[in-house]
Amino acid sequence: MFYREAGQFKTSYEADQSLFPIRQDRIGLAVILLVAFIVIPLTANDFFLTSIMIPFLVFSLAAIGLNVLTGFAGQLSLGSGAFMGVGAYAAYKLTSIFPDVNVIFLVLVSGVFSAGVGAIFGLPSLRIKGLYLAVTTLAAQFFLEWCFIRIPWLYNYNASGAIEIPKREMFGVTISGAEATPIARYFVVLVITVLIAGLIANVMRGRIGRSWMMIRDMDIAAELMGIRPLQTKLLAFAVSSYICGVAGAMMVFFWLNAAEPSSYSITLSFQILFMVILGGLGSIAGSFMGAAFIWILPVFLKFVPGAIGIEIGAETVEHLTFMIVGALIIFFLIVEPHGFARLWQIGKQKLRVWPFPY
Amino acid sequence: MLYDIFIDPFVQMVEMPDFFLQVLWEGFVAGILYALIALGFVLIFKASGVFNFAQGIMVVFAGLTLVGLHENGVPAFLALILTIGVMGVLAYGIERVVMRPLVNQPDIILLMATIGLTYFLIGFGEFVFGGEPKRMIAEELGLPTGSTAFEMGERGLVILQHIDIAAAVIAIIMVTALGIFFNKTRIGRALRAVADDHQAALSVGISLNQIWAIVWFAAGLVALATGIMWGARSDVSFALEIVAFKALPVLILGGFTSIPGAIIGGLIIGFGEKIGEIYWGGLVGGGIESWLAYIIALIFLLFRPQGLFGEKIIERV
Repeated sequence: MFYREAGQFKTSYEADQSLFPIRQDRIGLAVILLVAFIVIPLTANDFFLTSIMIPFLVFSLAAIGLNVLTGFAGQLSLGSGAFMGVGAYAAYKLTSIFPDVNVIFLVLVSGVFSAGVGAIFGLPSLRIKGLYLAVTTLAAQFFLEWCFIRIPWLYNYNASGAIEIPKREMFGVTISGAEATPIARYFVVLVITVLIAGLIANVMRGRIGRSWMMIRDMDIAAELMGIRPLQTKLLAFAVSSYICGVAGAMMVFFWLNAAEPSSYSITLSFQILFMVILGGLGSIAGSFMGAAFIWILPVFLKFVPGAIGIEIGAETVEHLTFMIVGALIIFFLIVEPHGFARLWQIGKQKLRVWPFPY
Repeated sequence: MLYDIFIDPFVQMVEMPDFFLQVLWEGFVAGILYALIALGFVLIFKASGVFNFAQGIMVVFAGLTLVGLHENGVPAFLALILTIGVMGVLAYGIERVVMRPLVNQPDIILLMATIGLTYFLIGFGEFVFGGEPKRMIAEELGLPTGSTAFEMGERGLVILQHIDIAAAVIAIIMVTALGIFFNKTRIGRALRAVADDHQAALSVGISLNQIWAIVWFAAGLVALATGIMWGARSDVSFALEIVAFKALPVLILGGFTSIPGAIIGGLIIGFGEKIGEIYWGGLVGGGIESWLAYIIALIFLLFRPQGLFGEKIIERV
């Protein structure tokens, strides 16, 4: 009733194959973008922007990156945190070597380094798959983390061993470093995230995306039908790592301002993986939903019980978060393996046939 | 540079044999402990085809439960028995809540379920017992403490901790017992049947649920033994979890389904890691222990993807 495509006739092939063929979806997306670009900057305070919206967008992008690899191409990776780190350190080195180049450009370029590293660690994926591959990505995780600690050149021989982001400007507005306003950072992060998400959504329905899905669904059949497994898998690793790298660079440039090697530890990899599982394997919208859930749940647990009069210590909140996330992962795998994205689709279907059940 | 890589380490080994032996011993002990963790993985993989990511955290959880009970005034041996009971309940719970609804799902889904289980157990363990490191009650359990020093002629001493020797002995006993259990008993054969094909095993009257509860319980016992041994060397804390990741390269080396493979893989990783760290680590700044095992496993994977003793999976079109 509320969500019905009756009467929306497609008269051309392009219209039929468009990204959002249903008018309500287009309106919904426009509303979301409107809120993101206009309502939130006008109304939100700094706390909301810096501790909820910016991390949410950064994690969404990282989750999209991992989703490309795990959800679409079917290669499990436990090293996404390290690939984010490669992006962060690459962007930091680039901006110290070329201080005059626009920092957004450098952030986007840093993903290329991450893509290269990701492709190298994706090389074994031709011979090994599944669980074994998860171990090679763990190798990447531990090896790269070690590099961030032991190669002082990467952090410009800082005494603290951490990278600190210098002040950088664009069009006279400070966008990175400690002085940048939350609004400016928010806009940069938002634009990059929206652009990459749109790009990936388009790639996914094209030849490349479909070849990834073929490899995921049945690699031998895909091979028989002329998909070259090595190139396809390596491309998936490269694209996934590129996006993760950009997300990692954004994480330190526009959110944290400083990063230690432990910021990109295996914990981050798992967090990203959980976002992908809970949000929905193989869904761009799901990546956003998963990121929102995993990031906002601890904040929610921290503030809501206090607001209704139950005092919970900070440590207990952390433990509860672990337990709830763990339990939810299992719950979702059992009940709805396609995550929030699938729930959303079911909801839409219900709206479509409302008020009749079928 | 080439001298540093190819000659100098060996010169050091020959010149200081006591130190070299000590390094070998350290590698041996670490290897045994890795092997014990890997053993838990192998048990569950053999019996259900599930790659149990939670084995590492089960080690920590078992150790914490034991120490936590003792701290609350339970005598050591009663605490041990109670912990075995807790692991039994845990095994039954996992079988009931996690594994049963996920029968016949793809491997990756099962792996992710055990990752979820890991997170749940981390949160639960910290919630109940607190997150700070605890001292293992080794003496109270009657485990040997202290050390023996062997003199190497006039050169120096090789020091062996008694607890390490005990760990090695217990590992050997456990492996032998498990080997007999898998090959000679009715339940053991049923376990292998389940591992081969869930549906076929069901159709010849093997109770999948019972088998899985048993095998998770066995893995829980292995975890408890590992937790005690490891906890006696250092404290019991969630930092152990990161060490448990080492079991993965061990499994890759040994093969996912082989109990002797877990032991031999563990020893290779243990020796390789310690020797690599002591003699070659300094060249690149040290700390290579954190990834050397993975790189060894990775190189190995390229040549023999199924591991030393693993079953070769043949794909046909």
